[in-house]
Amino acid sequence: MLQSIVFSLVSILALGYAFFQFRKVYQNIMLGEAEELAGPAADRWRNMTLVALGQKKMFKRLIPAVLHFALYVAFVFTQIELIEIFIDGVFGVHRWFVDKLGPLYNVIISTIEVLSVLAFVATLIFLIRRNALRIPRFRKPEMKGWPELDANLILIFEIILLICIFTMNGTDAVLQTMDPEHYPATNFAVTSWLGPAIFGGMEEGTLKILERIGWWGHILMVFLFLNYLPKSKHLHILLAFPNTYFARLKPKGEMLNMPEVMNEVKSMMGLGDPDAPEPDMNAELPEFGANDILGMSRIDLLGAYSCTECGRCTSVCPANITGKKLSPRKIVMDVRDRTEEVGEKIRSGNAEFAKDDSQPLSVDNFDDGKTLWDYISREEIHACTTCNACVEACPVLINPLEMITKLRRHEILTEAAGPQDWLPLFNSIENQQRAWSVGTDRTAWAQE
Amino acid sequence: MTVKTMAEFAAENKEPEILFWVGCAGSFDDRAQKITRAFAEILTAANIEFAVLGNEEACTGDPARRAGNEFLFQMVALQNIETLNMYKVKKMVTACPHCFNTIKNEYPALGGHYDIVHHTQLLQELINEGRIKMTGGGAFKGKRITYHDSCYLGRANGVYEAPRDVLKSLDGQLVELKRSKTNGLCCGAGGAQMWKEDEPGEKRINMERIDEALGVQPDIIAVNCPFCMTMMSDGVTAKEKQESVMVYDLSELIVQGMK
Repeated sequence: MLQSIVFSLVSILALGYAFFQFRKVYQNIMLGEAEELAGPAADRWRNMTLVALGQKKMFKRLIPAVLHFALYVAFVFTQIELIEIFIDGVFGVHRWFVDKLGPLYNVIISTIEVLSVLAFVATLIFLIRRNALRIPRFRKPEMKGWPELDANLILIFEIILLICIFTMNGTDAVLQTMDPEHYPATNFAVTSWLGPAIFGGMEEGTLKILERIGWWGHILMVFLFLNYLPKSKHLHILLAFPNTYFARLKPKGEMLNMPEVMNEVKSMMGLGDPDAPEPDMNAELPEFGANDILGMSRIDLLGAYSCTECGRCTSVCPANITGKKLSPRKIVMDVRDRTEEVGEKIRSGNAEFAKDDSQPLSVDNFDDGKTLWDYISREEIHACTTCNACVEACPVLINPLEMITKLRRHEILTEAAGPQDWLPLFNSIENQQRAWSVGTDRTAWAQE
Repeated sequence: MTVKTMAEFAAENKEPEILFWVGCAGSFDDRAQKITRAFAEILTAANIEFAVLGNEEACTGDPARRAGNEFLFQMVALQNIETLNMYKVKKMVTACPHCFNTIKNEYPALGGHYDIVHHTQLLQELINEGRIKMTGGGAFKGKRITYHDSCYLGRANGVYEAPRDVLKSLDGQLVELKRSKTNGLCCGAGGAQMWKEDEPGEKRINMERIDEALGVQPDIIAVNCPFCMTMMSDGVTAKEKQESVMVYDLSELIVQGMK
């Protein structure tokens, strides 16, 4: 009875706080600008099924793909056991599903156990890969500090969680011989032999305590994990699904059009709609591109939150490979960090972050004196060749290039800054409609 | 070589079969002009009646747009669309994947809808249909040819097989680079990098790519983009391999194979 009350309270607290945190993530993503979804929904569902559910893009690198797949499948299947833990916890029963499911119960839990063994091995290999092997993409400057700890913490959580599952089922297997009344007979693939091998010969009292430690440990790790997710790179296990759904369907080479610029140029060239209203010359100049997350699209911000910092983008970036400062992963991580910062500041209601402090703080009335340029340097943005290797590499369809080009657009269009080297290019295109300022005829090549 | 412009066709009240979009590199860069000539030669050999825009052609705006200068992009893009629509252009071909990408993917949003192919796609079609014939004279016998995927034909537009098919029609040996197709490594010129100095780093991107390409001991490095051509040629020269390793556009190889 006491256990049921404690369990219910802990569950409500954990789920409640998780909900509160996930709502913040949602609010933060919605700080971005709305972007129209082009293309058929069927293609979006297909992307989500193949890329998120089927992990299609992971299989470009076989070893991590197989290990990751083991963890992923184990995680998904373990959710079934979680249902039982909830029922047992709330109603103070033990293994409620045993007599409901009969032999099927053994099949399900055995599957979970086998997958858990694979997940355990995979997690150990991941820990070794991350810490002992010198895999370059895990050692880039943006991984120092919290990101490195974050990656290891998740793996350690996973190990603890799996040990709890095996302790719970293993002690149960031994207890079935001692107290069959309370511990209904089961026959699981792993713990039916591993349990007696480890826990055989222990006192019944000790075993009962260990069984509870396993059970509580498991569910507490799940609650901890759930509340850790919104702060962690591990949020990708959830956001990979919406992110692959919302990922743009256009060809990678296509840059998003800027209709406001197009219409202005059209009216300059006399190509505009003659019935369109005269542009208001006194209106505040609009901002083009983005120097902050409020100018990015929600799809960009969702992408930033979906990033698990695997670094596949950075490892294929030609600029990064040749030692330039640009790392697409860092851009994505910076966008997430800045989104967190802006979200927290807006929610704080603190008037010092208001553009106009006579008005209440809001998305439209926000200026904390910082921008994305406080996170991302010009040098990084200028090094991009727009080659789309990062876009192609991302296993969850994040588009770092879109963020980079939005920053470039802001720099050139709104700030009238940017690399000096480009001025001759711009002048030449503007004055001669050609990329190089040369006097030759366009058909000179035929004259030889 | 005589080439007719759209204006000349229009004056005769005629329409060409296809418009050859030459692009700035193909028009003004010494090395790329040779590619333009080679491709025009192939079109002529295949009895395709083509036109160019000549001085009515403007930069597509690709480098301006990728640098972030949307105003400039819109100016030249809208100007080009005006010209193309005035001539009622439907079919186009270009030897520049940047022009190809911009016209194919970005002009529609501005009101320009054309059926444009990259020259490697047209070459594949012409070879498959037997409209150009390889003499099989052994010009490439025993030659190792490696192919560098350009980003804007490859990843940006998913064209990987057409250029490879074209290369297979030669009697050389096609050797793949480790980083190819979707994993292809950029030459370093895209995103308007062609017009600026590299940001500080350890190495130039084209040298990274050339090191990889020279690693497969090629006789020929085949490219499909005038900017890749510059980058790869510069790389070969920097490695002092210009006597033994040739950088060619696919159309130049086909012209040699036709003779």
